[in-house]
Amino acid sequence: MQQQIKKPLLEVDGLKKYFPIKGGVFGRTVGEVKAVDGLSFTVYEGEILGIVGESGCGKSTTGKAILRLIEPSEGSVKFEDEEITSLGPVEMRKLRRDMQIIFQDPYASLNPRHTVEKIIGESLLIHGTTSKKERKSRVKQLLEVVGLSAYHASRYPHQFSGGQRQRIGIARALANNPKLIICDEPVSALDVSVQAQVLNLMEELRDAFNLTYVFIAHDLSVVKHISDRVGVMYLGRMVELTGKDELYNHPKHPYTQALLSAVPDPDPDIEKERIILKGDVPSPADPPAGCTFHTRCPMAMDICKQVKPEFLPIEDNHFVACHLYHSEQQNISNNNLVKEGEHE
Amino acid sequence: MSDIVLEIKDLSTHFFTDRGEVPAVEQVSIRVHKGEVVGIVGESGCGKSVTSLSIMQLVPNPPGKIVSGEINFKGENLALATEKRMKKIRGNEISMIFQEPMTSLNPLFTIGNQMIEAIRIHQKVSKKEAREKSIEMLKIVGIPRAEAIIDEYPHQLSGGMRQRIMIAMSMSCDPELLIADEPTTALDVTIQAQILELMRTLNHEKDTAILFITHDLGVVADICDRVVVMYSGQVVEEGTKREVLKDPKHPYSKGLIRSIPKLHGREEKLYSIPGTVPKPKMDRIGCRFAPRCEFAFERCFEENPQLYPTGEGRFSRCFLYDKSEGDKTIDAATNKEATIGG
Repeated sequence: MQQQIKKPLLEVDGLKKYFPIKGGVFGRTVGEVKAVDGLSFTVYEGEILGIVGESGCGKSTTGKAILRLIEPSEGSVKFEDEEITSLGPVEMRKLRRDMQIIFQDPYASLNPRHTVEKIIGESLLIHGTTSKKERKSRVKQLLEVVGLSAYHASRYPHQFSGGQRQRIGIARALANNPKLIICDEPVSALDVSVQAQVLNLMEELRDAFNLTYVFIAHDLSVVKHISDRVGVMYLGRMVELTGKDELYNHPKHPYTQALLSAVPDPDPDIEKERIILKGDVPSPADPPAGCTFHTRCPMAMDICKQVKPEFLPIEDNHFVACHLYHSEQQNISNNNLVKEGEHE
Repeated sequence: MSDIVLEIKDLSTHFFTDRGEVPAVEQVSIRVHKGEVVGIVGESGCGKSVTSLSIMQLVPNPPGKIVSGEINFKGENLALATEKRMKKIRGNEISMIFQEPMTSLNPLFTIGNQMIEAIRIHQKVSKKEAREKSIEMLKIVGIPRAEAIIDEYPHQLSGGMRQRIMIAMSMSCDPELLIADEPTTALDVTIQAQILELMRTLNHEKDTAILFITHDLGVVADICDRVVVMYSGQVVEEGTKREVLKDPKHPYSKGLIRSIPKLHGREEKLYSIPGTVPKPKMDRIGCRFAPRCEFAFERCFEENPQLYPTGEGRFSRCFLYDKSEGDKTIDAATNKEATIGG
């Protein structure tokens, strides 16, 4: 309900990204990898939306497609009520001032031949800070904001540790006072003790600069810690989206339930019923018909093999794409599910 | 549990590089009993992988070298064993699984080829028998269509399947000790759950001792009996899983456990250890963790702490537990912790 008052900053509707598979002697398109296949969600101003999923579920492609770093195949992306998929390159560049990204690998995302000053200063220059003096002071200010020192400006990326490099990546993203930052696995390359530092920094910055994050990660505990709402992706589609407490305490989709039960908890006293899924994630080049999860789903019914479940709300702000919750005929299995849940 | 399978005593492995000597592992002692799962936990660069490679004599030499210590495996010191003897032991009595299932299988040979080779090196069996044994092992680790998969190449299989094959291969000679170096780190959580379940089953059924190297405390809670925490080349804490995870003694273990975001319960701000892991250097004076430690006092910067007993079979490399320091320090630490925790 709180969210109804809030203003939507980013609206994604029916986003699709298909990558062609080239094959044969003539290099013709012989198929498509459906990396993102019909994704819809809204990000509200000032919130942190977490997106979790296993490798190959399309979460990173989603992040890049929103910024049009990868051109989406279909669907609409609205930023502050402006449709951005149809914008020309000049307008798009202007808009990127407000939409930034932090990448996963702090070792690969910084140019090793440039000093930190140049790395951060470059985006300032592109977006109109032409005075060198101004850039210099802004870079120093940014470095201090992310917990580094002004004298770090003249150093090269290899002189920093992983955590420090990620701070530089964050400083670069902050340079032009963006409104939205897409964080693509920002802490997964870092050690636990450093990861905590970077997560705290990101939270502080959100409060200080009124930022909105789309936080993409595979680590469920990290996503829970930082997010306000969390969406779970499986094979290019979102299967569940709701507030974080609701999602972690009352997961509805069988995949979310299995995913949460599979996370090993560092507390040895927590005994949990583990749902072990059989088999692997199917190939996105040839996703199963109907619900893409039916091949591994312990609750699969006949309808799941034929009809794609829609992504609909079952309660306030709780979206699920699962037949267990959407058709009245299936109330029986729905009840069974609840009972099984109670045993845990 | 009194049968000791592996006893590492004061193992030190150093690397001799152009920039000088780097002590990657310093005076590490670890015991593994029959049928026990011992976890080695630590962050990158703490020496956990070098410890495991040292056991197998797989540290690249040069630049690496075991400079001192013993690795007693069933009464034999592996640190002194010849390469010929090690070849008999590796894969037969001690097996190892590595982190990347993508790179630890040879892409040019079929699964069957590689498994049969491993079996025939150590056992006098015909190719046909070895093939049958391989298929049987593949079935045990839950590979569907084992008869067909055995003739496939590694690239045709997913990461989880490849790791299962690695486990099947490492278990095919019924080793007494299995060293698993971050075996699930490259895998997704749902696949990780499958692999951990499989390792647990093998541990129960065959009574194989496992030395499990990981950075993930969740995995430790899941599979290990006892835990050794390493920091900057040294063992800093040792105890049972429950003791270490629920009641850590060393300030580093405490910090590490508190800095993990929890799946259950909530916290507003995540605790974080200031600073970063130091690079190993020769002749360091003082506790390795002192610069990042909130309990550090003068002595920590002047002397190297030893492992002090903190209970039955528990040790902590911290002056807070040195009896000669008196109870004052421990009280101080507990009080301080209470304030932070509250």
